Amino acid sequence: MFDVKEIRKDFPMIQNHPDLIYFDNGATTFKPKQMIEAVDYFYLFGTSNVHRGDYELSIQADKLYDDTRRLTATFINADTDEIIFTHNDTGSINQIAYGLSRSFLKEGDVILVSQVEHASNLLPWFRLSHDLGIKIEYIPVNKQGVMTVEEVKKCMHKKVKVISIASTSNVLGSEQPIKQIASIAHDNGAIIVVDGAQSVPHKPTDVKDLDVDFLTFSAHKMCGPGGVGILYGKKKHMMHMEPVFLGGGMNARFASDTSMILKEGPERFEAGTPNIEGIIGLGKSIQYLMKLGMENIHEYEKELRSYFASRMKELDNVIFYNPENESGAITFNVKDVFAQDAAGYYAHKNIAVRSGNHCAKILHEIIQTDSTIRASLYFYNTKEEVDRFIEVTKEVNLENAVGIFF
Amino acid sequence: MSHQNLLSDPDILRELIMDHYKYPHHHSLTEENGYLQKHMASESCIDDITVQTKIEDGIIQDIRFDGVACTISTASTSMMTDLLIGKTIEEAKAIIDEYFMMIDGKEYDEEVLQEAVAMKNVYKQANRIKYATIGWNAIQALLESEASHE
Repeated sequence: MFDVKEIRKDFPMIQNHPDLIYFDNGATTFKPKQMIEAVDYFYLFGTSNVHRGDYELSIQADKLYDDTRRLTATFINADTDEIIFTHNDTGSINQIAYGLSRSFLKEGDVILVSQVEHASNLLPWFRLSHDLGIKIEYIPVNKQGVMTVEEVKKCMHKKVKVISIASTSNVLGSEQPIKQIASIAHDNGAIIVVDGAQSVPHKPTDVKDLDVDFLTFSAHKMCGPGGVGILYGKKKHMMHMEPVFLGGGMNARFASDTSMILKEGPERFEAGTPNIEGIIGLGKSIQYLMKLGMENIHEYEKELRSYFASRMKELDNVIFYNPENESGAITFNVKDVFAQDAAGYYAHKNIAVRSGNHCAKILHEIIQTDSTIRASLYFYNTKEEVDRFIEVTKEVNLENAVGIFF
Repeated sequence: MSHQNLLSDPDILRELIMDHYKYPHHHSLTEENGYLQKHMASESCIDDITVQTKIEDGIIQDIRFDGVACTISTASTSMMTDLLIGKTIEEAKAIIDEYFMMIDGKEYDEEVLQEAVAMKNVYKQANRIKYATIGWNAIQALLESEASHE
């Protein structure tokens, strides 16, 4: 059974802020004490660099580092040598875009994206468009940010080399039919890159079943530490991808005539000292999530979101943009109140939400507003918090939003 | 009640902000010649305003603004236009300095700032300070560029 009361006891941030409602999990999540203790342990008892292996501490650090790579692979049903550690989700996508641009992509090739994408899945491709003449085209989405298989098929043509989309939108929670889109991509000789930052933390992920070529996500959005991104890539693509960073740990040998031979495994993309403690922490957070069960987490969140959505629909002072989506954030505006002003009122009531465009700066072309309030949940949130949120939402108006300053 | 007493009543200050937000003063841009212009788009992700001013013989003849902005941005910029139009550049700079003192939570002269004292508590929400200063930063930059041209 999914006992949210017990689960909440694992999170010091919840214990230390008993009156706070934290609905900004799309930005980052709280950390369970099991993960924090693992990072602490590294600092207190286990500090050492990796890939040295000449003494016991270093052997231990290597083991924890390698264990995490194995565990991460298990978590998404990948092979261990298909998992690269980067510094965040953005770092992962930049590695893919840059890496492919040096070998796989050429002038006139097309990257298919959508208007709901986060900056991290647009700007790396935009740069290729500026620098290499690679073209960006958009898959149409409906008002809830969802694309249909038929629309994707219509967008395919000979020049399309890459489809790069988020499995779940960070603003609208739109879930895309990734498995079918991957199949369309492959039928047309293209590859698919999936930004999983908002989906991997919330539901089971099986890269073999989805048959995606690349998947990226971020440790801190799934109970892990900051500064760790994950890049999954099919082995056959890894060797075509040029690393962004060169340096120690990723080369096999080099000589004064500038020749260099790079390693062939994931280490090829992990130049320099990695975020060892962060990666060890990621291992613990994955263990924590697997113990709760990703299927259970998904079911619990789906029910909570559905409850939240039904309560939001009772209100007549809000514009609710994504009532039909089953997952992800609740995204809305309070009528006649600018999003930041409303967020200021929530903050005043000890509720953390995010206002703005959430880095999806071309999404306004779909929902006709620049700025929204995003309330994003995780498995430790409760119906009681939703109820309190609804009561506060009823009070949001211009007068109260300005009133917080007096 | 005297003018200053009115401006210490929280209800009145709140009404002032709401009023300047709903009905901002000098809230339209012009194509007319002789205006300096500053686009403020990089201070935050959302607030995106443009401020124009016309300065002749060292006197601010006009200030205008428009754009997408929250209550605090809109009201603070609207109040700024009221305060600075008709002032010399030197007088305006002194008022701007006083305003920034208030926004930083330091001592300031209420007499100088008049209605803009409504923004006196914004410093308590640090993330809102950039909204209370966006229009003021714009006019300050415009006055400096005018001064450097003289």
